[in-house]
Amino acid sequence: MSTAPTTAGTATGAAAAPLAAAASTRRRRGSTDRRSPLLTVLVILVLPYFLLPLYWLVVASTKDNGQLFSTFGLWFDQINLVSNLQQVFTAQGGIFWTWIGNTLLYSVVSAVGAAFLATAAGYAFAKYTFPAGTALFSVVLGSIMVPTTALAIPTYLLFAGVNLTDTRWSVVLPSLVSPFGVYLMRVYAADAVDTQLLEAARVDGAGELRIFFSVALRLLAPGFITVLLFTLVATWNNYFLPLIMLSTPEKYPLTVGLAQWQSAAAAGSGGQVLFSSVITGSLVSIVPLVVAFLYLQKYWQAGLSTGGVKG
Amino acid sequence: MTTSVRTAAAPAGSPAPRRRGASPALRRQHRAAYLLVLPFMVVFTAMLVVPLGYAAYLSLYREQLIGGVSFVGVQNYVDALSDPAFLSGLVRVALFLVVQVPIMLGVALVIALLLDSGVLYAQRFIRLAVFLPYAVPGVVATLMWGYLYGPDFGPFAQMATGLGLPKPPFLSSWMLGSIMNIVTWSFVGYNMIIMFAALRGIPTELYEAARVDGASELRIAWSVKIPAIRSAILLTLIFSVIGSFQLFNEPQLLRTLAPSVIDTAYTPNLYAYNLAFTNQNVNYSAAVAFLLALVIAVLSYVVQLSAQRKERRS
Repeated sequence: MSTAPTTAGTATGAAAAPLAAAASTRRRRGSTDRRSPLLTVLVILVLPYFLLPLYWLVVASTKDNGQLFSTFGLWFDQINLVSNLQQVFTAQGGIFWTWIGNTLLYSVVSAVGAAFLATAAGYAFAKYTFPAGTALFSVVLGSIMVPTTALAIPTYLLFAGVNLTDTRWSVVLPSLVSPFGVYLMRVYAADAVDTQLLEAARVDGAGELRIFFSVALRLLAPGFITVLLFTLVATWNNYFLPLIMLSTPEKYPLTVGLAQWQSAAAAGSGGQVLFSSVITGSLVSIVPLVVAFLYLQKYWQAGLSTGGVKG
Repeated sequence: MTTSVRTAAAPAGSPAPRRRGASPALRRQHRAAYLLVLPFMVVFTAMLVVPLGYAAYLSLYREQLIGGVSFVGVQNYVDALSDPAFLSGLVRVALFLVVQVPIMLGVALVIALLLDSGVLYAQRFIRLAVFLPYAVPGVVATLMWGYLYGPDFGPFAQMATGLGLPKPPFLSSWMLGSIMNIVTWSFVGYNMIIMFAALRGIPTELYEAARVDGASELRIAWSVKIPAIRSAILLTLIFSVIGSFQLFNEPQLLRTLAPSVIDTAYTPNLYAYNLAFTNQNVNYSAAVAFLLALVIAVLSYVVQLSAQRKERRS
């Protein structure tokens, strides 16, 4: 938070911007005089690449199926967003609502479960020296490299053997494992939970589990939320696992449902699914995540910096 | 399970600083540690270790036309390693890796360094704009770009037609590049944030000193900042290697738009999927999936090892 000696900044070759006062005070390096309009313009020129597809999605969502083909893709025509939305939410007996519900269910249950398992394990790995601790942690760490999609097919075969395929469990259970979450929580717990505090609680006669639940867990909350968010996004975006596990459309999450609509629309097969429904449905499906990202970016960055620096 | 692990592993031992004879208090701590680790390890074993083991087991068998399922040893692997469909998929993702990953990580690193150096106006906005695509599910990103690429109502095709030019062949001869673009679009922001967060974690004194010595920002970025976030860059690289070899969503979804360009073995993962679910050949599919996991593990290990060696040398 301390303002660094900014005079050093002027020595840099970068075109120093004269306006200092406007700069954000939160920057801990106080590098207000190093701002470059030229570099800013260069970066701004790159931004359309990242934003244009999203802009297109918004524009396309306002067009009916005929307009999609007959009007210029990057500009508005008659606004038909409302009727598109009606179409999305009424198609196939309103199945889109079911998909939203499924996505929410899968991602929330998986995220809470995975974050809790990872927090308990990460805390134990960080704060206890116990036989087999290092060995177990190495195994978990190594498993970060195991590709989840290569794993999904054998998991499917196993689940088929015990009649778990095409159930909600088949999507939730594999999503509960987050080796990266354990790694992150271990790094986080090592710093966030003071060992002296644990000793003090022990002197007071608290049991180990009680210490975890009533003392450590509170200190671990930011890390917990980071892992929660990670898993939430991963499950929300997951396509491969539900695609192979589920065969009943009523159990699909949004990703699988939208992909199915897309192939139906592309095939032009009689049903009422149209390109405009796929596009508007896509827009609806990303709104919650975009909003969540905007609000929760602080947590993301805090969590990632813990994992990134010490990794 | 825990007890057997404990007795088996105790002698070789973790670096226990305290004496092993174990006071009651210490034993209580060990028990608590196992209790806390146990739930994760149970799910981990059931959802990761067992499926991997099962895939390994399945891959050693084959369903014969006559005589049902029989043990064939490593024959499935031998077949896969000489299967042109599998190999061409591997080569394709290797090409993808070599071209796309450096571009994606390079762009991410440049933006992260620019943001960290504080030379930009509107930093918050820029950071969010670059990161936003990551919030879009891969399926939706692919659908979106699929429409943008499309020859019918894709804006690029419309503009080309307007200018009297031929439509760009995004979904035919440029297909691999088009997929690279989708992945780059989705993940530049994610990698940028990891690198940016690592940059924020560097102690400032490190380059205040360099600055006093008269080093330029560019020089500081190259000689101080990038080496300081080596481990974060390594993390993004390993995640990218894993991601490239797992490519599935994009080719699978674009296949509906261009079935003649993307075959059933376009990527190894797509191949494994089609073997299991279209051809019903689960044994061979398991071998392919297991082999793929092996390739990824070896490659990530090599990346890590070479990075460590470099670190030692410098």
